[in-house]
Amino acid sequence: MDFAIDPATAAFERDVADLLARHLTPQLRERVHHSGTHHDWPLHRAIASAGWLAAALPVDLGGQGRGPEQLAALFRQLELHSAPYDGVANAMMIAFILGHLGTPWQRDAVLAPILAGDAIPCLGYSEPESGSDVAAASTAAVRDGDGWVISGQKMFTSLAEEASWVFMLTRTNTEVAKHRGLTFFLVPMGTAGISVTPVRTLSGKRTNITFYDGVRIEDKWRVGDVDGGWQVMLVALSFERGVAGGVSDIAALYNTMLAYLTDTTDEHGHALLEAPSVRARLARVATDKEIADLLGARAAWAAAAGIPRQEGAEAKLFGTEAYGRAASRLLDVLGPLGLLTADAENAPAGGVIEHAYRYAPILTVAGGTSEIQKNLIAERTLGLPRSR
Amino acid sequence: MNLDLTDDQAAVDDLFRAFFARECSPAVVRGAERLGFDPVLWARLSETGAHVVAIPEALGGGGGGLFDAVLIAEAAGRHVVPVPIVEHVVVARLVASLGAAVAIEEAVIAAAPMTLALRPAAGTATLVPAGAVAAAVIVWSGERLLLARGDPPMVATPNGAGLPVADRSLDGATVLGDGDSAAQAYAQAVDEWRLLMAAALVGLADAALWMGVGYVQERRQFGVPIGSFQAIQHGLAELPGPISGARLLTRRAAWRRDHDDEVGFRRDASMAFVFATELARTVTSRVIHYYGGYGAMEEYDAQLYYRRARGWPAQLGDPYGEVDHLAGLLYGPV
Repeated sequence: MDFAIDPATAAFERDVADLLARHLTPQLRERVHHSGTHHDWPLHRAIASAGWLAAALPVDLGGQGRGPEQLAALFRQLELHSAPYDGVANAMMIAFILGHLGTPWQRDAVLAPILAGDAIPCLGYSEPESGSDVAAASTAAVRDGDGWVISGQKMFTSLAEEASWVFMLTRTNTEVAKHRGLTFFLVPMGTAGISVTPVRTLSGKRTNITFYDGVRIEDKWRVGDVDGGWQVMLVALSFERGVAGGVSDIAALYNTMLAYLTDTTDEHGHALLEAPSVRARLARVATDKEIADLLGARAAWAAAAGIPRQEGAEAKLFGTEAYGRAASRLLDVLGPLGLLTADAENAPAGGVIEHAYRYAPILTVAGGTSEIQKNLIAERTLGLPRSR
Repeated sequence: MNLDLTDDQAAVDDLFRAFFARECSPAVVRGAERLGFDPVLWARLSETGAHVVAIPEALGGGGGGLFDAVLIAEAAGRHVVPVPIVEHVVVARLVASLGAAVAIEEAVIAAAPMTLALRPAAGTATLVPAGAVAAAVIVWSGERLLLARGDPPMVATPNGAGLPVADRSLDGATVLGDGDSAAQAYAQAVDEWRLLMAAALVGLADAALWMGVGYVQERRQFGVPIGSFQAIQHGLAELPGPISGARLLTRRAAWRRDHDDEVGFRRDASMAFVFATELARTVTSRVIHYYGGYGAMEEYDAQLYYRRARGWPAQLGDPYGEVDHLAGLLYGPV
């Protein structure tokens, strides 16, 4: 066994950290805090200029062909810096899908501006009646001459307010098993019949409900085969494999709290970190942070070695659940000051811990709920029968 | 980064997984319940060289590192072995590092195990791990590192975990060293004990998990295996990730020690101990619950794991004190 990070990955990770440190100004964070939109165009373009939006794409498809360990390093740094990277994640995933499945026209019209950092997509998977059961999507796409007419509603369409297209899962066949009647489209957000309703969430982050009322598009916007949406979904999942999102959020939280408790003194001039009950709780969070980090590294390593099983699910489940425990423990440490939000002048650590407690519930839902991860682990790691 | 065992490491892992599976059935564990020690198993284990695997060949050892010891401890934990392999490996490394010739010879021969007291003591060391069966006990007096030899009592202080703990008199103990270097050597040994105990707890937890997974597929209620119920599946599905994480942490700790990263080693060893202590409790209490009433019956093996998960790490002290110790390593003394 060798726990040393290989030099190429370490060098890449330093480059990412340097770029993020340069761009993540207080003004940028202020803007994100007030808009709730976890995307910043100057930062996004800088990442595009470095070519990292194409990091996951194979070289022969015009990408950088970076392996799972370097992709994990990229997302680790984005999380460690608490960067607003939803647009980056969407762009990378759609670039990966279009690189593999896109038509020549789609590569020109969509992939090129995405990789240039000029446009981002948003994702239209969830619906009012289908979340974890994503294959139950009912938004209808119906043939209309050479094109399609789409009608329905999507939930949690984050970044719809900034996106040029929605990458949308639709129902094209109701006569077959649910996952065999799905088709993906890239729908231009400016198309007549689309409306966007903003939704503010518990953490202050903005998402949207998007409505599609007889939206007419040409067939050239279809991604993959008609009724072949599930195969497209599998390509999307293969991008995510090895990159277990949410495993480094706990490290960002820990680093912030450590700095605050080290630099802040009580009325007797002692650093807050000197109190036994405080340091004990922080040390316990440090332990979970290391476990999350190792599980994330293991998921990336297993994907790089070509032998991934459920390492990503195990890392995601542990990392995001540990984040919630950490946020709760650390908020306790702050006592009444933990009530203060980022808008209060004397909020400890700029209100980061208070925010974390409100952010925690979505981490164990987005990208596959803890229950879905447990289903996967029960079936595939433990060999127990399918239970749903 | 490469998270696969090397061929040599895999050979050690395979060898000792097979050894303990063959030599340490639940019947062996049950047979040693009162004393917490099986002399036949100890003799066979010392024939393999496991007890001195991590000291130099020139001293009669196996020439391996702490990493090999971690693999052996995890394999031992899987079968809740009634032999003090963790203590003996740690003491062999300690006396080897001190160059204590007579003690090294004794450690290599291993007719009887050697152990260490985990807390400083004078006069009598209390509740010494393997104190009931060890021919020699190393104790830190607060100023001097002592070696107390003598026939072991071969009677354990009655305890809930089937452990061979006993008090040992320090009368006639010889001095192995004093001052800062001796203090550091002792602290290092206790850190290595933390690590190897953590590895043993990882093995214990993993074996208990799979015992439970097997049982819930056999046990039927309402006409189906109880393992088909999501309530039970989800309780079990929370466990493989943390077990894998704890295993990686024990191995990284050993890797750091073998690569002379002392600070990283001490932190990882302490974290591994804190985490594996909680984990082994969580796993065994959950699994024993899924056995239902049978879990409480002595004839089922779940209780063997449940009691040891608690008792093994408790030999060091209050877990909260261990978190405090970790905080000292991370944030400096108060």
